Amino acid sequence: MAHADEAALFNKDESKVDWHDKALWFVRQKRDKSAHKVKGWETLRDLASAIKANVMSNLDNYLVQFEENAQKNGVTVHWAADAEEHNKIVHSILQQTNVKKVVKSKSMLTEECHLNPYLEANGIEVVDTDLGERIVQLAKEVPSHIVLPAIHKTKEEVDVLFQKHLGTKPSNGDPQYLTNEARKHLRDKFLKADAAITGVNFAVADTGGIVVCTNEGNADMGAHLAKVHIACMGMEKLIPQEKHLGIFLRLLARSATGQPITTYSSHFNKPAPGTEMHIVIVDNGRTEQLNREDFRASLHCIRCGACMNTCPIYRRSGGHSYKATIPGPIGSILSPGKDLTKHSDLPFASTLCGSCSDVCPVKINIHEQLYKWRQVIVKDVPQPVVKKTVLKIAGRVLANSKMYGFAGKSARFILKHAPRFVTYSKFNAWGEARDLPEVKDDNFDTWYKKRQKHE
Amino acid sequence: MKVGLFIPCYINQLYPQVGIATLELLEKLGVDVDYPMGQTCCGQPLGNSGYEDDSKGICQLFVENFKTYDYIVGPSGSCVYHVKKHFDILEQTEDVKRVRKNTYELCQFIHDVLGKTHLGASFPYKVGIHKSCHGLRGLRLGSCSERMDTHYSTEEDLLKNVKGLELKTLKRVDECCGFGGTFSVFEEAISVKMGNDRIRDHIDSDVQVITGADHSCLMHLEGLINRNKQPLKVMHIAEILNSSI
Repeated sequence: MAHADEAALFNKDESKVDWHDKALWFVRQKRDKSAHKVKGWETLRDLASAIKANVMSNLDNYLVQFEENAQKNGVTVHWAADAEEHNKIVHSILQQTNVKKVVKSKSMLTEECHLNPYLEANGIEVVDTDLGERIVQLAKEVPSHIVLPAIHKTKEEVDVLFQKHLGTKPSNGDPQYLTNEARKHLRDKFLKADAAITGVNFAVADTGGIVVCTNEGNADMGAHLAKVHIACMGMEKLIPQEKHLGIFLRLLARSATGQPITTYSSHFNKPAPGTEMHIVIVDNGRTEQLNREDFRASLHCIRCGACMNTCPIYRRSGGHSYKATIPGPIGSILSPGKDLTKHSDLPFASTLCGSCSDVCPVKINIHEQLYKWRQVIVKDVPQPVVKKTVLKIAGRVLANSKMYGFAGKSARFILKHAPRFVTYSKFNAWGEARDLPEVKDDNFDTWYKKRQKHE
Repeated sequence: MKVGLFIPCYINQLYPQVGIATLELLEKLGVDVDYPMGQTCCGQPLGNSGYEDDSKGICQLFVENFKTYDYIVGPSGSCVYHVKKHFDILEQTEDVKRVRKNTYELCQFIHDVLGKTHLGASFPYKVGIHKSCHGLRGLRLGSCSERMDTHYSTEEDLLKNVKGLELKTLKRVDECCGFGGTFSVFEEAISVKMGNDRIRDHIDSDVQVITGADHSCLMHLEGLINRNKQPLKVMHIAEILNSSI
């Protein structure tokens, strides 16, 4: 089902839409307040954007430098061309180290690669330890937001879910009780896990270290308790030097949730004595995107989710309506690069309002890329005949003053004189909830000509 | 200084009163205005739908119609933005470059080029501004809520000097109304919901008249208001700045 249909379905329950909209708008407002407190916020954005542009232009060198330094630190580095290879690599590490139970902290990359079902099919237990991710995992769903994976669920829904899976008592959605129960449940999983998988927020080329940002400390808890730590990263996650974290860490949490910094910014540089540390660097379509000049900057994304919180469409259609691992505006410019036909509706799920580009901490020109994808899509993906024909004819008519004059007159005549059941038929989506403008006797052209005569 | 008046197609056909107010206002301010006959559209409906290539003839006609003027002024932020931003699909001749550079949205022209903010208008009503996205984030008619710049607003500067006008502050000062051109029909459910949410904000903020510098957004909001028989009037900012009630 296309985004518009999913969105229409989501809008059947208006009170839920309002709730979803307000919850995310609250986060956007928190972000505004916290960004206002930083003197030179716009300069930070400029710097972050420039650093990322530098990384993309020199990605080959930075990747090699990162690998060398990580290896020097005693970390094993793996390269995966695509999702399948990534999953195989992770599985083979787990097999070699005889791991049966895995705890995983938040990683959109492993969602993108569908790692969980792959490992589960191979007899390995994977427990997502981020609270939001655990909620969607128990509900057998996918995250609807990259920072707030369960934002589509009310606390009452979580209450029911926990009763079923964790054996909690009905609590009317008491957040403190439910969080505490989740904590106990996860504590047990942490203690029994043989390996921890984490994502990577930043990979520092000149140290070979990685930084993982969480609010729950679950990445640390997992990585410190288990004997094997596997960090999975998209190859665009690099930054040149450690000092650049001073820019990115300040931008990331403020943009994401309005916090000055995430509760935990964990630096992993080398394995602790007696443990193993692996880093899997994944391409999975990123080289191809890097090759597309108009869409290259989409790889600057640091996954803060601010474009989702600000997007008036995302807030009113829910993350699942995008049918992509990364929903919302940034997902709508990333996903078509992976599968143009499947995701061809997404660049149109926008009014091009531009709020996403102005909120983005690394200044990705998201709405301009949405416009560009539209130009690509109508050429490469078959379009609805009516839409295509109408627009192509419009192109001819509007390029010709006389034809335009005639068309304008005819349309105004029809609007003015046709009976209501004709103008407000099922073919007129505009008229389902909106009135058409009232047609005046003269258009501006005619009025102007009359005025010229009288002068 | 010779100004070519650009009246976007939908204003020409459906909202002649907006075109009239624009012309009268500019003349009142002492501007030498000419309306080139034979103008059609800026090509935006095609570009935004992905059919930019099919709009080249439209864009070229626009340049032909307006190439001799010092300034080109129109009462629609998104159309002006389209000329400035998306006429990059044409070969960049001197004419094309000049037209792109000299095309202005009405408020911006009055505020920045003429340098005027006191226009002698009076309008004794409570007014809420709908800050249309392409004007705001495309043409930068004002500061937007996402960026941490100093606050400014071209429309506010002009409306604050209208006698009797009381400017109301909204809860969400610059959220999109959901029009978005063909988005309004292809994503009908969200478009309508976004529009209704904007209208609710204006009603809750005690607004009597919604105004803005882009009548396409206002057309969408007006369509909803009329259907739902809500106690709000919709007027283009040119109509307010040109009124002497």
